[in-house]
Amino acid sequence: MYLKGPDELERLRKQVIEGKKAEEGQKRVVLCTGTGCRGAGALEVSEAFQKELDRSSDIELKRTCCHGFCERGPITVIEPMGVFYQMVSPEQVSQIIAETVKKGEVIEDLLYKDPKTGENIRYEKDIPFYMRQMRLVFGHNRLIDPTRIEDYLATGGYKALTKALFGMSPEQIIEEVKRSGLRGRGGGGFPAGRKWENCRRAGADVKYVICNCDEGDPGAYMDRSLMEGNPHRVLEGMIIGAYAIGASEGYVYVRNEYPLAVQNVGIAIKQAEKMGLLGENILGSGFKFTISINRGGGAFVAGESTALMASIEGQVAEPRAKHIHTVESGLWERPTNLNNVETWANVPVIIERGADSYSNIGTEGSKGTKIFSLVGKINNTGLIEVPMGMTLREIVHDIGGGIPGGKKFKAVQTGGPSGGCIPEALMELPVDFDELTKAGSMMGSGGMIVMDESTCMVDVAKYFTNFLRDESCGKCTSCREGTLRMYEVLDDITKGKGREGDIELLEELGWVTAEASLCGLGQTAPNPVLSTIHYFRDEYEAHIRDKKCPAGVCRDLITYDIDTELCIACGKCKKECPVEAITGEKKVPHEIDQDKCIRCGTCMEVCPEDAVKVQ
Amino acid sequence: MAEELQELLASYSASRRFLLRILQTVQQKMGYISEEAMVEVAHHLDISPVEVYGVATFYNQFRFIPYGKHHIVACLGTACHAMGGQLILDGFERELEIKAGGITPNHEWSLDRVGCIGCCTKAPVVVVNDIIHPKMTPFRVEEVLAGLGLEKGKGEEEVEAGEGESQ
Ligand SMILES: Cc1cc2nc3c(=O)[nH]c(=O)nc-3n(C[C@H](O)[C@H](O)[C@H](O)COP(=O)(O)O)c2cc1C
Ligand code: FES
Repeated sequence: MYLKGPDELERLRKQVIEGKKAEEGQKRVVLCTGTGCRGAGALEVSEAFQKELDRSSDIELKRTCCHGFCERGPITVIEPMGVFYQMVSPEQVSQIIAETVKKGEVIEDLLYKDPKTGENIRYEKDIPFYMRQMRLVFGHNRLIDPTRIEDYLATGGYKALTKALFGMSPEQIIEEVKRSGLRGRGGGGFPAGRKWENCRRAGADVKYVICNCDEGDPGAYMDRSLMEGNPHRVLEGMIIGAYAIGASEGYVYVRNEYPLAVQNVGIAIKQAEKMGLLGENILGSGFKFTISINRGGGAFVAGESTALMASIEGQVAEPRAKHIHTVESGLWERPTNLNNVETWANVPVIIERGADSYSNIGTEGSKGTKIFSLVGKINNTGLIEVPMGMTLREIVHDIGGGIPGGKKFKAVQTGGPSGGCIPEALMELPVDFDELTKAGSMMGSGGMIVMDESTCMVDVAKYFTNFLRDESCGKCTSCREGTLRMYEVLDDITKGKGREGDIELLEELGWVTAEASLCGLGQTAPNPVLSTIHYFRDEYEAHIRDKKCPAGVCRDLITYDIDTELCIACGKCKKECPVEAITGEKKVPHEIDQDKCIRCGTCMEVCPEDAVKVQ
Repeated sequence: MAEELQELLASYSASRRFLLRILQTVQQKMGYISEEAMVEVAHHLDISPVEVYGVATFYNQFRFIPYGKHHIVACLGTACHAMGGQLILDGFERELEIKAGGITPNHEWSLDRVGCIGCCTKAPVVVVNDIIHPKMTPFRVEEVLAGLGLEKGKGEEEVEAGEGESQ
């Protein structure tokens, strides 16, 4: 249906909502089939539901994307009761339908058990993981089947667009975004309104807007989840932005590894075109705007704004110096405004709520909410959205549920590969752009990797430095050679070949790399090294002086041993050892031949008595 | 294959901006980018083959050898690394006797590494023939391979059989 004006959009919305109201109290199975839950078998569960529900058509199956609590996937919510089931398998589907959907009885085994109280929690709204969040941008995901634009309309979708197109001038929109205090969510935290204003001012007949969904930060996946789960929200933000800036063409640049995001945003663009929300004369306003999709090629540096533009042009994704800003001369040398997925997704909220209401959320310098991906050594892994300024402790302990296995918390790594590690002592840090920078890390795209006592900080620094060395495009000598040299020094340290003075050498290399490099990659590349040296110098010293890895990670510095007191001589480790390094007879405690041992950890994993120790 | 390539190229106008997209389609269709394909693409876009080569080798996505019958990708993104992903990759390298980026002589198995597939909550993960295996352990490496028919010690016989077929 092609919508000729805002009235027609509102009429359609009313229809959709009334249709939903008529269904109120209707039985519905909401199943997450986002990438995270797919990894846990959600597609098989979906198939099982489809098969069962074929027979009773009064029950709706709604397939959404990510709800955030990926740890517990596949996630299923039974409406209208709001019963939350976790880790659902296809075999349990018929029971769920027979007992919960049809009779309203709750299956205790499928409920989420609060690790703190040991109690089963029935309803989604009562789960601590969700309770402390503020899901301004991400919350609608669970109401939306991303392939149905109607679902988006029912949540108030494209209302902000009508308001912008028919109630505001481009200047007013920019003013509103400026006043909201929205800062870019892609890493730099540049004020979005100012970028828009500069781009609007640049004189040219053709201008572009770009949505950066390259999400190269390994360990973060909020952009993917927004793109997969609520693509219209991002498109709406882009259309409003394009109108304000005066752009007529838009590009969505999606990371190559995200096929579902490509698919869903592709469907969304088609639907929006069909309805007249994209294309010529949008909603009869006379404004023209089109969007096309580009797939990334799997290069981290391509997420950098100038490199991304080169990539869309079909070039090698090398950043360029920014003495001429991209808002003046970007893609094909035209004024170009590039923002991150989450930044765009915030725009409809700001326009609809107004800048005053939006800027009430967050801290002085960082407004609104931020989505973080909470992963690593933490109980509740998943995506969370919280107001800026929440403390690390609240995030890790209250929402994340603390560290599994009774282990001790050590650090949180934030800001992606070139972020830093924040130690226990700074747990009261309010998380926002400026505080993270002050602590020697950064916001980055919002990855939070939690580390416990069994994580070696030198190994972590080596990992990130190696990643950056690999991904450096090689244009600047300081970045190309600096990351390589830092990596070599770190590699030596983890192999027991560290020397006195290595720490100082790393600090010096870090300084040069940061000072002399062109783009953000090189400028921030020393962060992982410098922040771990700053907060965990003793660990570096243990590696260098004592040739010991206190966390038991660096393979050249550890040994696996079997505790003869605990060993029950069951023979499991001997059988599973890939290099036959373990000897022992029945009833005789086993032993590991250190010369043969490759330290793969298999024996430790299979031992039923925890008799294998690492030192 | 040459015909398929020509057909594919014909569907793109000869503009430089389509280079990445063309290479992606070639890889999708053929499984990898051959030298011959790079020359053809260059010809189509009227640029030098070395430019195509430069772009293709810059992006991590492109492969220059074909996939094995079973393709294994071990994730070494941050979350997977923190949860022991390296041990998993080591396990596959050891069992298959190839390094990441390689393929077994009988073309049965190929192995790659990737930086995050966005399943970080299930770390460490591997993707075997497009199926995600969550929460891997070193011990389960052998299980996964055995499930697909890798028998230890039989590798050499298979190589011979494989070579026989290809001749
Ligand atoms: C090496 C490097 C990689 C980057 N990768 C991304 C990315 O994957 N996604 C992203 O949104 N921004 C990334 N950025 C930041 C972008 O350059 C740019 O600042 C941002 O996308 C602008 O959008 P925003 O103002 O809405 O945050 C990267 C920057 C650098 C230096
Ligand atoms: S780090 Fe492996 S899936 Fe994200």
